[in-house]
Amino acid sequence: MSDAARTRRRAIARLVPAVALAASALALPGPTAGATGLVTTRAQEPPGAGIAAADTALEARVRELASGLRCPVCQGLSIEDSPTELAVEMKNIIREQLAAGRFPEEVRQYFVERYGEWVLLQPRASGFNLVVYVLPWVALLAGGAVIVVGVRRWTRQGAGAESASGGETG
Amino acid sequence: MKWSRAIVAVALGLPVVALLARSMGNDPKIIRSPLIGRPAPAFALATLESDVLRTEAGDTVRLEDHLGEVVVLNFWATWCYPCRQEHPALVSVARAYRDRGVRFYGVLYKDDPAAARRWLDELGESYPTVLDPSSRVAIDYGVGAIPETYFIGRDGRVAHKHFGPISVEELKHQIDALLAEPAPAHPAAEVAAGSGSGAE
Repeated sequence: MSDAARTRRRAIARLVPAVALAASALALPGPTAGATGLVTTRAQEPPGAGIAAADTALEARVRELASGLRCPVCQGLSIEDSPTELAVEMKNIIREQLAAGRFPEEVRQYFVERYGEWVLLQPRASGFNLVVYVLPWVALLAGGAVIVVGVRRWTRQGAGAESASGGETG
Repeated sequence: MKWSRAIVAVALGLPVVALLARSMGNDPKIIRSPLIGRPAPAFALATLESDVLRTEAGDTVRLEDHLGEVVVLNFWATWCYPCRQEHPALVSVARAYRDRGVRFYGVLYKDDPAAARRWLDELGESYPTVLDPSSRVAIDYGVGAIPETYFIGRDGRVAHKHFGPISVEELKHQIDALLAEPAPAHPAAEVAAGSGSGAE
């Protein structure tokens, strides 16, 4: 009996690093921007914009915000990655609003009020959207539980068969 | 044992099936506009000069001048083929409702005014079109893929957004619904107060 328990413990001990490895390999980054892989041309800089050193910080903030907003006339591109006129104009609006001292969240809200939450490439982690963030972890835990239970059952059966094989057939 | 397994399978599978069924019925290109029921974004835009346009609009069209009227805003361009398709429907309904407090305006979207003038000359009589050179008004309305048509009620709120080319039937259906609503006594005050029956 203690043999069976030892076998089981050994099997589980062997399994634990494997599960951990699988989990880290999956890495579950959460919903990432749908723009990757579709990047084509950079949006043109606004005409006549001789960007001074002081403006580079602003431009970096504009780019960061623009890469999180969906271009309404493209397929899965952010405003930052789209060369269309509308995206360039939306970037101009971002630049104006940031330069006027608005917070990035306020600028994001400005576009959400017009295009809906659809315009955000990364859904907000609130309400129903939480499912997207939580479900992968729930699935991983459930899968892990299934494996642990399954391995326990196999090892118990294996140990049972070993000890049983001495006496009966079956 | 078997029954409990079946119950677990159904309990796990049903939400997935329900979620899929819900999303598969939707056209992913049609996104509910957050503007519905909210005051329509204000604008003051220059009118496109053209012989065939009715010039009563004057040089500038201001949305605020039309409180108390139903306004139909159609975003279009000459490079947009479905816009050409739907144009006769818009013109005929605009004519039919002209005397019933319904205003039609085209908003030229990402296009050359000269090209728009030629296009309208070719197609004949039309309601006024305004110019939105920086697309700021289009962005205010959340325009993505034209043609898009917005219906603004007499209370100054956006009642409906139509994606794609529109038919005579759909135009009449939306306008009749807005005309059937009791006209607000003081539309401007109502919008400012932010109360009032948001038109659906």
